[in-house]
Amino acid sequence: MLRITDLTKRYGTGELVLKGLTLEIGGAGLTAIIGSSGAGKSTLLRCINRLVEPTSGSIVVDGVDVTGLRGRRLRHARRSIGMIFQGFNLIDRLSVMENVLSGRLGYVGFAQALTRRYPQADIDRAFTLLERVGLQDFVNTRADTLSGGQRQRVGVVRALMQDPKILLADEPTASLDPKTSQQIMSLTRELSEELSLPVLVNIHNVHQAKEFADRVVGLRYGTIIFDGAGSDLDDAALDRIYEGTAGRGDEHGDETVGADARGGTVASP
Amino acid sequence: MTLGERERAEPYRWQRFTLAERLGRFLIYLVSAAIVFWALRTLDVFWPWVWSAPTEIADLFGRMTPPDLRRGDEILRAMLETIHIATLATFLSLFIALPTAYIAAQNTTPNGVTLWIGRFILVATRSVNTIIWALLFVAIFGPGVMAGILAIAFRSIGFTAKLMAEAIEEIDRKPVEAVVAAGGDKGKIVLYGIVPQVLPTFLAVTILRWDINIRESTVLGLVGAGGIGMILQGAIDTFQWQTAATILIAILIVVILGEVVSSALRKRVI
Amino acid sequence: MSAAPPKRTWRKPPAIANPVLRYGLLGLTFGYLYWAVASLPFDWNRIVQGFPRAVRIFGNAIPPEFARSQLMITGFTESIQMAIIATLIGVALSVPVAVMAARTISPTPVYLLGRAIIILARSFHPVIVAIIFVKAVGFGALAGILTLIVYSLGFVGKLLAEAIEEVDYGQIEAIRASGAGYFKVLVYAVFPQILPRQVGLSIYQLDSNLRASAVVGVVGAGGIGGTLMNAFRRFDYDFALAILMVLIAIILVSEGISGRIRRGLT
Repeated sequence: MLRITDLTKRYGTGELVLKGLTLEIGGAGLTAIIGSSGAGKSTLLRCINRLVEPTSGSIVVDGVDVTGLRGRRLRHARRSIGMIFQGFNLIDRLSVMENVLSGRLGYVGFAQALTRRYPQADIDRAFTLLERVGLQDFVNTRADTLSGGQRQRVGVVRALMQDPKILLADEPTASLDPKTSQQIMSLTRELSEELSLPVLVNIHNVHQAKEFADRVVGLRYGTIIFDGAGSDLDDAALDRIYEGTAGRGDEHGDETVGADARGGTVASP
Repeated sequence: MTLGERERAEPYRWQRFTLAERLGRFLIYLVSAAIVFWALRTLDVFWPWVWSAPTEIADLFGRMTPPDLRRGDEILRAMLETIHIATLATFLSLFIALPTAYIAAQNTTPNGVTLWIGRFILVATRSVNTIIWALLFVAIFGPGVMAGILAIAFRSIGFTAKLMAEAIEEIDRKPVEAVVAAGGDKGKIVLYGIVPQVLPTFLAVTILRWDINIRESTVLGLVGAGGIGMILQGAIDTFQWQTAATILIAILIVVILGEVVSSALRKRVI
Repeated sequence: MSAAPPKRTWRKPPAIANPVLRYGLLGLTFGYLYWAVASLPFDWNRIVQGFPRAVRIFGNAIPPEFARSQLMITGFTESIQMAIIATLIGVALSVPVAVMAARTISPTPVYLLGRAIIILARSFHPVIVAIIFVKAVGFGALAGILTLIVYSLGFVGKLLAEAIEEVDYGQIEAIRASGAGYFKVLVYAVFPQILPRQVGLSIYQLDSNLRASAVVGVVGAGGIGGTLMNAFRRFDYDFALAILMVLIAIILVSEGISGRIRRGLT
């Protein structure tokens, strides 16, 4: 489903953030990417849908190499890659339904987008998914009046509206409290199974990674140094992933790293 | 030993500023004084007029009272015309201000050339005062409301577009990122990522400009571009000071009403 | 997941839920626009003639004529002088007016008087104020200066009064607790708090006055505006364009300088 080969990324003239990564994700299941701040987790995820431009290497999603794509073909490739964001990235002043339907923006025309007249199939799908996550009573509620957990569920539904072949989740729970965070993770896990959708999650919380992921990938300084089942993630492996990296800042600011992350506390920025 | 009894060889000294600070301040005062002195000395002012100015002004106000209400109908019509000019001009200016804001904002402009064009329109329309635009349009389209509407509209473009462009540049990037990730193109990024965020500001700016435009359109008539200024000029030229007073009061009422309406509307949209 | 749900539709709910009100407002808006356009006396014949005239005017204006630079220098110098003097006097006068118009520190009758002065000064466009002063004190810079004083008084007075209303009241109480009277409270507790704002406003007002001084001349109150008006009257469009170009340049420079100083202050 996803095959990344020799991926490198360098911001400006700085040092390499990703150092020749190679990774293959199969047809289903939840894969967690762990690693301390600055390990390149977010960059890796954003290279896959080209929110961040890779420096070299290839990324093949569902048989299409996305690295060389431009314009319409890039947008079409992005449709099959759903994304859930750490900060929810909802359009605050629009209603829940408009936010959910915005997941179809890669499919509908400009006039439909402007008048909010989406095809009936999209609307059916939106209602089904909103019911699935328990937001059926908030259809016409403005997104900025929802709680954090509700907002992230809208984010999940929006990503699923794209009818994606793969789902990316960039620290989906880092802005949530521990309980809601747990709910969002299990929802993601369940939806992944129900829709047999491969999910790639950046996560800071090692406990959650072990609990919800079928496979865990450990990243350190832009290199994969662990790849295996959650149960194989022992203390020795964690030490290799997190050792000596405490205190490094990364793109999300100073999150708790090292021992704290291993201890499973929820790191909030 | 209490505080007051302490003995010292020297008395305490305290000064608000250090020597350097005082010198700096002195220098600033000196330069300012010199500029003012230069301005006063070389300005072409006939001083006896300055001393008689208070009497003259008092005399003028004396001639204005009581206000003459006999031409009330005419004044009312002209006042309506003034408001129409302001409203139509504000409406008209939006058609140019919106695209100008789009190309003058760094994050939406298609390329460097359009950014430069946008910035140029902002500066050119904003720096030329309404009354000067009116002079130009009266020369082109002849005296009348058309020149007035265009003058107000042109002056508004720069103001509205500048504030709108700033609003576009200050948007939250996150929703835009979400639309991009969903495969949306530029048009949909604008529709879903930008428009919802900037719409309240756009409305508030438009209402604010309408309020300013009412004030501005009261002077158009002084250069022949329509509105209440025409009959004000007429009344002043024929020394009908009591009628002029009525017109001034009418302007005062309309301007204050405009401000009240505008601030009430702006509170509602934000 | 639940069984196939019944077919549901969704439309974006209209911004105004009540249809009568919604279409009423829409109708009212278009009705107004129609009324406004229909009731204004457009002289379409004359407007159509305007397009060839515009071509001719711009043809005459280009290239701009800078030969009469002496006239231009005199006009701009006078504008700048008017702006400086008016700012100085206007800002000085605005302080007592602002104190009067601050609700928190003035008794109600004084407050109302202060507000009335500010509203009066702000409501009239400088050009209207100028035309009245021209009639009262004659053509020339004096009328312009008086106009700009009124203009400064209204603007600075309003914002300064708001600044005074927002000062930290604890400082006023502290000074008052030490037994200070009204004026000592003003000098020690109020003025230090509004001083940075006041300096910023004054610099901004100097910039505004410079812009305004260019237009009050159109009705005979001195400065470059008169020169520009005469150029238009005599159809010297090339000279008018030259004046406008210099005017825009001066405005941009003064805006830049004033912006930089004000940023440096805060």
